[in-house]
Amino acid sequence: MTDVTPLGRRLPRLPDGFAALGAVLIVAVVLAAVLAPWLAPYPPDEPRPLERLLPPSGAHWFGTDQVGRDVLTRILYGGRTSLLIAGAVLGVSAVAGVALGVVAGYAGGRVRDVIMRVTDVFLAFPALLLSLALAVVLQPGVNTVILAIAVTWWPWYARLAASVAASVATRPYVDAARCLGVPAPLIILRHVLPNSLTPVLVQLSLDVGGVILTSAALSYLGLGAQEPVAEWGLMVQQGQTLFSTNWWVVTFPGLAILVTAFAFNVLGEGLRNALDPRRAVR
Amino acid sequence: MPRFLARRLGQALLVVAGVVVLTFAVMRLVPGDPAVAFAGPKATPEQLAAARARFGLDDPLPVQLWNYVRGLLAGDWGISLRTRRPVRDDLYLAFPASLELVGAALAVAVAAGISLGVLAARHNRRLPDLGVRLGSVLAVSVPVFWLALAMQTVFAGNLGWFPVAGEYDSSLDTTSPLTLWTNITIVDALITGNWPIFTSTLWHLVLPALVVAAYPTGVIAQMTRAALIEESGQDHARLERALGFGETSILTKFALRPALNPVLSLIALVFAYAIVNGFLVEAVFNWPGLGRYAADSIRSLDTPAIAGVTLLVALVYVLANLVVDLVQGFVDPRTRAR
Amino acid sequence: MIEVRDLKVRYGGRLVADVPELDVGAGECVAIVGESGSGKSTTLLTLLGLTPDAEISGHVRVCGVDVLTASPRALREIRGARAALVMQSPQAALSPATRLGVLMRRALRLHGRDGSEQAMARAVAEVLLDPEILRRYPHEISGGQAQRFAIALAVALGAEAILADEPTSALDVTVQAEVIGVLRRLRRERGLALLMVSHDLALVSTIADRVLVMKDGAVVESGPAATVLAEPAHPYTRELLEALP
Repeated sequence: MTDVTPLGRRLPRLPDGFAALGAVLIVAVVLAAVLAPWLAPYPPDEPRPLERLLPPSGAHWFGTDQVGRDVLTRILYGGRTSLLIAGAVLGVSAVAGVALGVVAGYAGGRVRDVIMRVTDVFLAFPALLLSLALAVVLQPGVNTVILAIAVTWWPWYARLAASVAASVATRPYVDAARCLGVPAPLIILRHVLPNSLTPVLVQLSLDVGGVILTSAALSYLGLGAQEPVAEWGLMVQQGQTLFSTNWWVVTFPGLAILVTAFAFNVLGEGLRNALDPRRAVR
Repeated sequence: MPRFLARRLGQALLVVAGVVVLTFAVMRLVPGDPAVAFAGPKATPEQLAAARARFGLDDPLPVQLWNYVRGLLAGDWGISLRTRRPVRDDLYLAFPASLELVGAALAVAVAAGISLGVLAARHNRRLPDLGVRLGSVLAVSVPVFWLALAMQTVFAGNLGWFPVAGEYDSSLDTTSPLTLWTNITIVDALITGNWPIFTSTLWHLVLPALVVAAYPTGVIAQMTRAALIEESGQDHARLERALGFGETSILTKFALRPALNPVLSLIALVFAYAIVNGFLVEAVFNWPGLGRYAADSIRSLDTPAIAGVTLLVALVYVLANLVVDLVQGFVDPRTRAR
Repeated sequence: MIEVRDLKVRYGGRLVADVPELDVGAGECVAIVGESGSGKSTTLLTLLGLTPDAEISGHVRVCGVDVLTASPRALREIRGARAALVMQSPQAALSPATRLGVLMRRALRLHGRDGSEQAMARAVAEVLLDPEILRRYPHEISGGQAQRFAIALAVALGAEAILADEPTSALDVTVQAEVIGVLRRLRRERGLALLMVSHDLALVSTIADRVLVMKDGAVVESGPAATVLAEPAHPYTRELLEALP
């Protein structure tokens, strides 16, 4: 099922308007997160009891929350948290997954079978569920979220890399290299890894949205980032009882998650269509 | 076919074994002492020792794992630290409600997703297609708990069209008590002809089911569209055109069935995802399913209960995958021949 | 039956087929010969309006319908029912998840024909296939059977013309003979008009009355099959003939 065609030989189709929209949004989100300390009109975690639950206005574009903090400011800082989590999770998953996957795919046989069955086991747990169980037994916090989601995410990369490696390992030039006595690590480094790069990149861009949604869900359940860290899911959770009376407290953080996940999803899809049209939605 | 069946079953069993071991490992990671959690902070050393002995916490880990597996096989999923009842009984009550929610959501998602996929493929790269593609990416990008809160606030709170929370109007339990057969309320109400509870449940289902349906609808629509477009570019579509069939009937009569094959295998994946997404929705709508049970267990660090939920959902996932693989052989004659 | 004047087909401004004149009457067989990319298949598909992205000029009448100006609906009515297409890759041309009988019944109903088992069995028997084949899926039959079934579809629908795009190039030699035999007989017994595209001159010489030779989108030579094959006037035709074993 995860048979991946070798890439880089076909001319890519141009990404369509959606992907461009995604790219623009991503640039905006990343800039907003990076520049938060300079962009934010207020300090992120300074309660102002006298300014509680002010509706959106010129002074507070997105209003203020239940302890008087500026919602826009916290959303800007929340972007830092979300992107940090996504970057860390995907970095760890991709490195660990690709390493295992390449070994599995190149070695084949028993080794491949064992590694693939292990990924099957991890894949049987929906990411949020295993993260949930792990987040419960570990101390809640950003690090736990990263660890918990990474544990459930690496198998995707292992499978992807394994199928690329398996198809590369059967190519004539790899056979030739092996016959000439080139050591396996060198073959993997020279031939297998470069071939895995494109599909892994596509997968990474597709996964950012998923990781952000999962981490927001964990925070919403109180298992993720803790006060006073600004995190979008946590902001929704803390404001949820106020939705009908003070809509801005919940609406804007939710929109922030939606826009960010949307941006990465459309870009990822555009990249996939351009680079790897034969692979379908996971 | 029998060989394929045996191999596939063997694989599934291996995965189940791994799932059990992994669940056990996660449970053992608990920093606190389960005996303290069970006996309470004021327990005497004797009480603690009794609790340790009761849960076999003094045995070496492999023995504990062995006991755990033996217990599972005998139907003993442990005792919940919070409800003090067998986890299996708790799950038996909570799971059907989740199934009801996810089942309703998936029914909506499959119907809507496939229709939207057909619509998009029929008008490839024109306005309806762009609308469906935009909508489906939005649907997979929306945080489900936030969508649940928004729908609840607007359609139940402000407009009052739907009930705010719960599975059905609990006052009906006295006026027209429900006889349980399957534990799935809406099914039981239907087969026992309990119309007040049936309509009440249906009404309560609308909002949470629509929220849970968002993600699978988006994914299925995208997948159907892609598969249909690929299928209608095949040689056979040209012959069908040459036989005088219109584009719509080529899509629905000839392309849809082969195109449904990848969509079907997607549904197994989406099913497990929907159950877990359902957890968040259940928390918002106070739906008495696994999600609420899990949330309550998390709050009280009830490890056996959490392990039970985790194990159950993972098993459901493995089973759903197995069923889809087998069914696929019947939908696509090409797989059957292999 | 088929009447083409000054047909020019362009893709994105590039001329891919230029056919000044092509006529096929009832009971006649005309073959278009050329190597791949010569525009012969495009010409054939244009006659049924199956080249949606192309810019087309000229006059094309098929079974009395002006194809280039006809409404989509009028086009759908002649497709299959009056002028049928037989394609090169026999199995790929049949929808993989549809039993052959289901495909045939749907096509018959679509055109308001008799979709009964007996009618279908008769059509299938006419191309020397066992009616049992109607219960099969495309992957369960051979290439020759698939090709004969495609012809059976035309027979069942009562088509007056068959447009065949390399109908035998994907088949073994013995199977090729079977399919050509069926086509020849239908032409004789039913007065079917037959327009065939092929790169196989040996095959063409056994069935065609007239031949058009195409190269790079242009017709370089045309005339009675016997004349063209015996005394080729154009160097390209000679090249093609010399390439024969």
